[in-house]
Amino acid sequence: MNVTLFVPCFVDALFPRVGISMVQILERLGHRVECPEEIACCGQPGFNSGCWQESRDVAVKVLDRLKDAEHVVVASGSCGAMLKVFYPELFGKTDRASAAQSLSKRVWEFSDFLVSKLGVTDLGARFPAKVTFHDGCHGLRELGIKRPPRALLEKVRDLQLIEMKDAETCCGFGGMFATKFPMISTAMGEVKCASALDTQADYIVSNDSSCLMHVQGLLTRQGKPIKTIHLAEILSQT
Amino acid sequence: MTEREKILGRIREALTLSAPMPGKHHSPAAHSSVNGHAVASASDWLPLVGEAFESQITTFRTCSTELKTDFQLFDSHEHLTSKLQEISRAESWQQIASHGGNLALPAAESLGLPILRTDSPYDVVALEKCDVGITECDALVAQTGSVLVTSRSAGGRALSVLPPHHVVIARREQLLADLPSAFALLQKKYASNYPSFISFITGPSRTGDIERILVLGAHGPKKLTVLCF
Amino acid sequence: MSAASQFKEEAHEITRDLRHRQLIQTALGKYEIKRDEKKAAFQDWQAARQAAAETKWDAINHLDTYLQEFATKLEARGTKVHWASTAPQARDIILNIIREKKARTIVKSKAMTAEEIHLNDALEKSGFEVVESDLGEFIVQLRHEPPYHIVFPAMHLTRGDISELFARELGSAPTDSPEELTMIARRALRNKYVTADVGITGANFAIAETGMISITENEGNARLTAALPKTMISLLGIEKVLPKMEDLALFLPMLATAGAGQTITGYNSLYGGPRQPGESDGPDEFHVVLLDNRRTELLADAEQRDALHCIRCGACLNVCPIFRNVGGHTYGTTYSGPIGSVITPHLRGLQDWKHLSSASSLCGACTEACPVKIDLHHHLLHNRRNSATEKPNRLEKLGLKLFAFVVNHPAFYSLAKKMGRLMQPLHALVKGTRIDPAYGWTQSRDLPTMPRQSFKDWWRTRP
Repeated sequence: MNVTLFVPCFVDALFPRVGISMVQILERLGHRVECPEEIACCGQPGFNSGCWQESRDVAVKVLDRLKDAEHVVVASGSCGAMLKVFYPELFGKTDRASAAQSLSKRVWEFSDFLVSKLGVTDLGARFPAKVTFHDGCHGLRELGIKRPPRALLEKVRDLQLIEMKDAETCCGFGGMFATKFPMISTAMGEVKCASALDTQADYIVSNDSSCLMHVQGLLTRQGKPIKTIHLAEILSQT
Repeated sequence: MTEREKILGRIREALTLSAPMPGKHHSPAAHSSVNGHAVASASDWLPLVGEAFESQITTFRTCSTELKTDFQLFDSHEHLTSKLQEISRAESWQQIASHGGNLALPAAESLGLPILRTDSPYDVVALEKCDVGITECDALVAQTGSVLVTSRSAGGRALSVLPPHHVVIARREQLLADLPSAFALLQKKYASNYPSFISFITGPSRTGDIERILVLGAHGPKKLTVLCF
Repeated sequence: MSAASQFKEEAHEITRDLRHRQLIQTALGKYEIKRDEKKAAFQDWQAARQAAAETKWDAINHLDTYLQEFATKLEARGTKVHWASTAPQARDIILNIIREKKARTIVKSKAMTAEEIHLNDALEKSGFEVVESDLGEFIVQLRHEPPYHIVFPAMHLTRGDISELFARELGSAPTDSPEELTMIARRALRNKYVTADVGITGANFAIAETGMISITENEGNARLTAALPKTMISLLGIEKVLPKMEDLALFLPMLATAGAGQTITGYNSLYGGPRQPGESDGPDEFHVVLLDNRRTELLADAEQRDALHCIRCGACLNVCPIFRNVGGHTYGTTYSGPIGSVITPHLRGLQDWKHLSSASSLCGACTEACPVKIDLHHHLLHNRRNSATEKPNRLEKLGLKLFAFVVNHPAFYSLAKKMGRLMQPLHALVKGTRIDPAYGWTQSRDLPTMPRQSFKDWWRTRP
């Protein structure tokens, strides 16, 4: 099938391995992948800041470019929630309301697309490590994705998944919140890291690079032994 | 214009815009009528209670244990009374309080102690000095381990809360399955003229206000005993 | 200092207080275990939430009808119903009743509406002695501070703190036993109930069908407050209405489960009037004060009207990672946590309280926990939008416009990435210092290194 992979700006610029892994996985499964170059951001920064007009200025481009895409896979749970859940509200009273509704139905977060749409869990990956999974809030609560990433991890050879206490508790990133209220964001991150460290895992895995950027930033600064990695990077290892 | 009219006016003005229905935040509102909701099926969502008496009594007993209510079932009023006498001796009751009911009063009288009755005006200071309040109830609720009392069934508002020990005398027929049945009973029994006070008493008085650690007897009774026959 | 600066300053202090963090995590950890157990006992918790939400929707969206029914039914049985548009009006109504009764001592059971209108201050300034009877409220009253949490007012204190407080204020012997501490408070308050002239309570629900208020509590202090003094006054917000008495069959267990991890709270009592003919006790007079205090403004916002469905269970506070890290007092509001962040801008002004809506990672744990399905975290987004529309932050807007331009133009976007890579070595010189433009991030976290090749570079050049 034809898959349009939307790699949002921060994944593109900071975590290219995540996008590359997704392309490789989807192509290995026999799908045709296209990655539109003209769009970079979903518009969430403006939306979350309350500047909905500025958000629409960005989002409208995404909406128009993806108008005819058959299946849109987004390389971040958070940006996925923006397209799937918040576009219909953002464009609610505009002439693009129905376009936003239509796109919403075609949007998938990566792990959910593999498991729920393609029915695939075993990608033949091998990753010899102990890992713990952090649920990114947007993927978990806006998109309702709890099971798919775990189903995928369970099939990875030599990987041991250890659930941490409060896996569903926010890591404290929250977009601009992280810099507007760094003290709260940091405290939340410390609580999250402590839960992850308790599992003695080698890696914290998530399906959202934004959470991992925040968590890794704290871990590096505090010299903690655990590392972070995106789910797709594990799934592409053979 | 009175404040009442002003507030009601602001409410009506505000309600000219309709709000989305819950769970459908981004879709237009459906309009429901006043009293158009149905909580009649609450029994289907609340914790499950069996239909047989035996299973309901088991549920009530399990709840009581968790709540630290002392619940005992007897095969006759006579056995119940002798248990009450045993508790009275063990706790060295001197002053007791009760109200005029077919179940409570004879049981209280069997103790041979002075009884303060609260079914007519009484001295609050004297009630505060009593060791126990012995009352009847409207129902026992298996689902929650609650005792349903009203000012009419249980000797007023204070008898079941002021003394340090509250003893309830109930009949097995008074055991109800769940909360919806308890509200149905209240309606059936009192709808034409409700008592001014109705209460679901669930366990002895408790608090967790200090470090979330459970302590019994915060302000009300430290002990709740339910004697059923 | 503005409320926003104060919030930031206090948040900065308290988030570094590891003792506070540990205390709150431990207290709420105990709650979580019980809550999960009690939720699991429901046959269908989600269906129960939906039904509760629909019932409150009905109540709030026909508020005028139900309020009138409530008041009429109460009045028919001898209750005096008062209507207060504002906090000063509510205080005056209550003060007038108390003066008319020539009362001296007042015993009070926990009521957030009373906190909202600063009733205790008003009573004390007018020379009345007012005693909080709920243990947690009694403790914070002795400390001259507001409740830390709407359900657990003293959860920020250890038994040691309370023992010291009691020793200082009540002259009791120090003890580290919660039970002994509770008994000290019990002894101190017993006499107050018997001698108080007036009892003041709040209410959890107002039943329209039967004209009754419903009070939920564990300690029995509200029951004593409603049983012994000759005059009873109940202060409640107009949003407390439930259509029918039987609705409580659902709401009482949901309130207890979501809020405190109990199947049902210790005492759930309904009061339908003063002492009725043939009854032996209870107050001679019963006054119900219905408080608006800008609730009708929230009602007029159809998008956020469901915030009036709130039953003040505290579940959203308990699960909120912001609340759990900054604590209840940092908010500087009567209602803290997610529900407080949503409604305070409506009750006390958007521009002064919008920072609470920004101080959220929008994780949505609150919305998931809410037993009446208030769309809490989305309303934080709505408050942000309303605030930005009403009073735009020019600098932020400009920044976002620039950002939109860059991401919408691939050439500029590529250039921005290149510049970012080039700036990295320079950034290392100022990283984490006050002159670092990314200080908001780098003060506590490292930034990731930008790889030489972006995803799009790879995509473009791959064979």
